Amino acid sequence: MTQQIILYPLFLQIAIGVILLFAWYRIGFQKIFSIFGSILSVGLAGWLFYYIWTSGTQTIQAGNWEAPFGITFVADTLSATLVLLTAISGLAVSVFSAGSVLRDRLRFGYFPIFHFLLLGLNGAFLTGDIFNLYVWFEIIIISSFVLITIGGEKAQLEGAVKYFTLNILASMIFLTAIAVLYGLTGSLNMADLAGKIAEIENRGLVEITGILFLIGFGIKAGVFPLYFWLPASYHTPPFAVSAIFGGLLTKVGVYALLRVFTLIFVGDPFLDKILMVIAILTLVSGGIGALVQNNIRKVFSYLIICHIGYMIAGLGMFTEVAIAGAVFYLIHDIIVKTNLFMLSGVVYRLKGTNSMRDLGGIYAKWPRISLLLFIPLFSLVGIPPLSGFWPKINLIKAGFSGGSYITVGAIIFASFITLVIIAKLWAEVFWKDGKELPFRKNFGYFSKMKTYKRLQFLAPVALLSIISLYIGFGAEHIQELSARIADELMNNQGYIDTVLNLKK
Amino acid sequence: MRTTIILKTASNYLLPVLLLFSIFILLRGHYLPGGGFVGGLIASIAFILHSFANGLKKTKDILLMHPGFLIPFGLSISFLSGLAPVALFDLPFMTGLWSHDPVAILGNIGSALFFDIGVYFVVVGVTLTIIFTISESA
Repeated sequence: MTQQIILYPLFLQIAIGVILLFAWYRIGFQKIFSIFGSILSVGLAGWLFYYIWTSGTQTIQAGNWEAPFGITFVADTLSATLVLLTAISGLAVSVFSAGSVLRDRLRFGYFPIFHFLLLGLNGAFLTGDIFNLYVWFEIIIISSFVLITIGGEKAQLEGAVKYFTLNILASMIFLTAIAVLYGLTGSLNMADLAGKIAEIENRGLVEITGILFLIGFGIKAGVFPLYFWLPASYHTPPFAVSAIFGGLLTKVGVYALLRVFTLIFVGDPFLDKILMVIAILTLVSGGIGALVQNNIRKVFSYLIICHIGYMIAGLGMFTEVAIAGAVFYLIHDIIVKTNLFMLSGVVYRLKGTNSMRDLGGIYAKWPRISLLLFIPLFSLVGIPPLSGFWPKINLIKAGFSGGSYITVGAIIFASFITLVIIAKLWAEVFWKDGKELPFRKNFGYFSKMKTYKRLQFLAPVALLSIISLYIGFGAEHIQELSARIADELMNNQGYIDTVLNLKK
Repeated sequence: MRTTIILKTASNYLLPVLLLFSIFILLRGHYLPGGGFVGGLIASIAFILHSFANGLKKTKDILLMHPGFLIPFGLSISFLSGLAPVALFDLPFMTGLWSHDPVAILGNIGSALFFDIGVYFVVVGVTLTIIFTISESA
């Protein structure tokens, strides 16, 4: 039964996590093993992706209990793609962690927890059961609590408190929503729910349940007005941690929204309207928020929020073209946001600060590194043919054909404001004449590092930049992929039939 | 910490009794209330009581190793019990495997028992690590 492949990424992450727990005190071994395991997981995820691409949506019933009674794991093209992207980001961050995270932090089980976080992400993408999705979310947030507090600096703990109060709240609302949903239908399997929700007469109750899910996932995804925890916490932990958080954690929320609102709460005009309004406000407020920040990581945090708006807008417009745009943006965003936070780590090690006012002169001193960092920055803006450009075509096209001109306006405004911010950042950090900063004695400056250590900083950035370039220049392939995903999401009967085994 | 001689003497006898009871709870868990989680908690209570009466150092000497080591140990037992149907019979993850003939006292042995044993060790490991860390820093 080759369907077992679906769960192999999960098995691998558990195995890596457990083996790393056994080697609690051997930091050197943990570094090597984590990188090795991550390479293996990219291979496995690639295999899974190829398998799903060639043979369509596959399911496996954990414990061999038939759906809808047991827990189903489903790999459709969206899940397989996200598992692959998680593996790639995971590899990059694993290498980056080995170079950048201080030994004092690694001593407290950084690497095992990191792999449990990846396990939670993979599980969330692959599960077909809404309660099981909640459990994976719990694994994700528990691991992320450890990662965000590890080291215990004052600023870090302050950020962590905000982070986990709101995330616990989100989990509670999510759980309540599941309870209501279960009370309405008596089922937890998402494919089964799709049919049962459609039959319910009391649409008001269904809409309220949908709103509860929207709030729960919205806090996690960081949409307006629920995003305030995000810029308050993402600039405090080590750079590697904020890279994986910025790249993947908010995207799990987006994934959950995509899944729930294309499968369970489908085509409800009220919910779609709310999604559109939220998307527009997220685009505008995130962009304006980023404009006034000085700390690079805070700028990127606000840009995360701003760009979540694109995906929510795609979901709100709810046409095949719009969903394809949202999915394309999701693919581009995971890679580029992970890369941007690693970039801020590189900048920090070059000059010893992250404040735009104090930075400067990097281009004059390190022209080659600057060119490397140019790629993720301007991929984010989406100067054609770099990767951020293509999904917006889909979104704007869908906006015009749907007649939602305000959304188109907001999308263009957000793109423009991103351009302004990145241009300002480029000018301030790279072009401006550098100030003489006070020399910090015990600081691990980039110029003092050995070559292999430098490589651990630059190789992951280079890897993700190459992938960003591929997404930009090979946009045709990604477009084909997102069109297929959008087709699967919009015509969800295939998914339902596969899970409930109705296909004869 | 001052402890009475009664508690000190009693805890020496309570430790094996409570451990035995925790294993009983663990084994009956498949059909009746109980199981790995509760069993693990009872086992850790046994050690905590011992440490209250005799001091942390003596309890650590009994344990032979750091309780944190039990966490990956238990996790791997649970994980392997789930993996067994995949590796041996090509059935989905966590499918229950059961022996044909019942074993004396235990009844039918299945992969679920090993999952529970894993949970038992993880709970003991986590609880003792937390309590020991707190009482060391207090």
